[in-house]
Amino acid sequence: MSKEIIKEKSMILQKEMIANLFNDLSNAKETGKKVVYTFVPGNLSELIHAFDMLPVYPEINALQSGMRKLSGGYIRDAEKMGFSEDVCTYVKCDIGMMLNGNQGPTGKKLPDPDLLLLSYTGCFTFMKWFENLEQLYPGVPVAMLHTPYQEGGKITPEMTGYMVKQLKEDVIPKMEKVSGKKYDETKLKHILDDAAKTEDLIVKIFETTKNKPSPIDAYFAGVYYIGPINIGFRGTKESVEYYSELYSEIQERVEKGLGPVTPEGEITERYRLVVEGPPNWTSFREFWKLFYDHGAVIVASSYTKVGGLHDYGFRHDSSRPLESLSEYCMNCYTNLNLPQRIDYLKQCITDYQADGLLVNSIKSCNSFSAGQLLMMRAIEEKMEIPVGFIESDLVDPRYFSYSNIKNRLDSYFQMLEQRKIISKQTAIA
Amino acid sequence: MNKYYLGVDLGSTTSKAVIINENDEIIGRGITNTRANYKVAADIARQEAIYNARFNFLKRLLKDEIKVHPEYELYIKDIESVFQYLQFKRRLDSLLMQMLLTVANNFTRNLKHEASSNITKIFDTIEPVIRNEYITGGLGSKNQFFRDIVNEKYTEEVKKLNIDIFEPMMLAFDKSITPVENKLFEFDFRALVYEAMDILKNKYEGFAEKSHVDDVSIHFDAELNLLKGNYVKITDSLKEHIESVAGHDIHISNMVGTGYGRALLPFPEDCIKSEILCHAYGAHAIFPGTRTVLDIGGQDTKAIQVDSYGLVTSFYMNDRCAAGCGRYLGYIADELNISLNELGPLALEAEKEVNICSTCTVFAGAELRELLNIGESRENILGGLHKAIVMRAISLIARSGGVRNEFTFTGGVARNKAVLKNVRDLVKKNYGDEIQINIHSDSIFMGALGGALFARKNIDIDLPKNKSKAVNKEMF
Repeated sequence: MSKEIIKEKSMILQKEMIANLFNDLSNAKETGKKVVYTFVPGNLSELIHAFDMLPVYPEINALQSGMRKLSGGYIRDAEKMGFSEDVCTYVKCDIGMMLNGNQGPTGKKLPDPDLLLLSYTGCFTFMKWFENLEQLYPGVPVAMLHTPYQEGGKITPEMTGYMVKQLKEDVIPKMEKVSGKKYDETKLKHILDDAAKTEDLIVKIFETTKNKPSPIDAYFAGVYYIGPINIGFRGTKESVEYYSELYSEIQERVEKGLGPVTPEGEITERYRLVVEGPPNWTSFREFWKLFYDHGAVIVASSYTKVGGLHDYGFRHDSSRPLESLSEYCMNCYTNLNLPQRIDYLKQCITDYQADGLLVNSIKSCNSFSAGQLLMMRAIEEKMEIPVGFIESDLVDPRYFSYSNIKNRLDSYFQMLEQRKIISKQTAIA
Repeated sequence: MNKYYLGVDLGSTTSKAVIINENDEIIGRGITNTRANYKVAADIARQEAIYNARFNFLKRLLKDEIKVHPEYELYIKDIESVFQYLQFKRRLDSLLMQMLLTVANNFTRNLKHEASSNITKIFDTIEPVIRNEYITGGLGSKNQFFRDIVNEKYTEEVKKLNIDIFEPMMLAFDKSITPVENKLFEFDFRALVYEAMDILKNKYEGFAEKSHVDDVSIHFDAELNLLKGNYVKITDSLKEHIESVAGHDIHISNMVGTGYGRALLPFPEDCIKSEILCHAYGAHAIFPGTRTVLDIGGQDTKAIQVDSYGLVTSFYMNDRCAAGCGRYLGYIADELNISLNELGPLALEAEKEVNICSTCTVFAGAELRELLNIGESRENILGGLHKAIVMRAISLIARSGGVRNEFTFTGGVARNKAVLKNVRDLVKKNYGDEIQINIHSDSIFMGALGGALFARKNIDIDLPKNKSKAVNKEMF
């Protein structure tokens, strides 16, 4: 029984953190806290906290609406307003939610934004998204932060300098004006130290899947684990506590040689996969079940790195506060060029001893999906591992075709199975 | 005891069964249209494959005699056709009963009498016509199933009646055909073969007597002429073998089900396999050099890459849209009011290929009508349409990783000659002349063959069922 209680502790912590944040948000007008709407990839949570403001992430709200089966209606409402079928479904879901009273994931109303912090890392739809929000909230100030794409496959000092200049000349002054507080670098540095601690823990957590069996599913459970950092907790004491707790729980699983937990209990690991691309949120459980029914465990995924890629050693650094914030933004997975993404996935396949690579291509997310087939072919050629390709969407339930996806996944797992038999036979021979 | 292995491919349009022996040789094939009751479709395909296997055994036993008298093979073929007719007849009789019942239960008093008498008359008219087509081999090449044959002939006759009764007559048919189709009939192989021999006796004797046969083609059929003279001899040898063949136990040691309906097959879970793997495996077994497989079936197109073992390394399938598949061709044939089998030959007569833009089945229908309106010929439109669907398939192949040597084309649509021509042209154009292109007359059976091969090799798919039920559902 003690095991069950320990297992739940991190979940309880996460639940409390999220409930508190949305409580604070719903009381923001009374308490006078200012609210910043911003995006997950390349988010400046630390800077927002340094000004005692509260973050709201529209993509998170959209995916939560998807999981709560509300996105279909929201999307229809946005389409009624004139958004076409081809527009990013996160955007339409978010706009639909606002049109319907802006009820957040906990059912409480979200406050209007005091600032739109537009850091468009790896996704140019973000710009159009906030352009639309600006119309819904007339007069709200917008702070732009342009993140240079890693076209050349590396971050140059000029790129960092360009971003620091934007932070100093536009973002920070606007934050000072909205919050009514002076920029306090000492305070930011303390927050950055906690962010680095959090990042150390996250890296360790996602490295536990190198164990066989993997103690966790790095994708389907992984998206829960990255929840706190992706809704603004990076750099807080709570997040250090949460991730320490989570890490020790997972460590315990490793010591006991336990496999991953699913909604239907623990499963026996049969296939180890690397997944590229976001999951489908509207049928998240059914989608996951299609994997765990076959004993397929995701040992690494690129999606869990959208909020920051720390595998190669990057940490927020209090000795270079604005520089490291800039580098963090440029380092996000969707801001990498295609060869970098290919290299990263290859590295994952090798490091985590994966049996195959699976791509979930998202209809409405070009920043993720463009080039995925090319990436997959390159990896297949170089690594000679079975690859699979399926298509769905983030939050539009109309694009999750259960039977099509099941048919492809079943075939893919049978392919993996045959490979195992053949390699066993050739090993014996 | 000999061991046999069964593969059943339950496709969206047709259900196929293949039986192989321990040497991986195909000994029987069966095909039927897929219907709402998947189990019946699978059972009928299997039943047909078993009958087909028995006929193949007969041919094998008569091998020496056939060598000396090649015309005997025709006799066996004739028996098989009549054998099929006899099965057909049982279904037809059942349909007649069902239709009279439908009329009795559903029609108004005024209509009952007129409808019943019309139905009986129509059946009296069409039965000999169909019987004749079976006996003279007229149906063999058309690949039609019970529903198609009866529907065509029945509708023809109903159209001759008073227009007022057209709707009720069609309603009686529509309401009755499905229950009959979903009924499984058991036949006695031995009895049916003897019955077939009797019918053929009349046929040949009739021919022998009537030298002024109406059908000129029969008159010039040298084999048939030979057969007329000495079929009695083969009848005797046949009778010797028939007992052993009819009594031969075709023991199915293992089976594998595949295709769209595979999950609904009454097979154990580990006897169900993905059709992607089965098509690739079947194609590779027939052409061991295969590295890329294109399969165009009723509702999907699959581009599959395989390794030297015939195992799939990657695949790509159409998603969200089935334009360009078998059903699409069926729809186009309906739009033009011709049969599916006529599409390819017509398209091959095209003098130029009209550009078809639409990738949507429904819009393609509209585009087709528009082109007919502006005076384009059916041949030219079909020429362009066939090219358009092959181009879709070629783009799918590109997404799956391209064509590697050798290339094997499978699936029901591979029977369409115009599709074949375009596949050859476009594969060579895009991937070079040196690509070896394989097409087999059994292309529609590749999935079922792959299934049978898997059944023999017994490569299990052992699903992990040992999930712990100590669940903490709160977490997720």
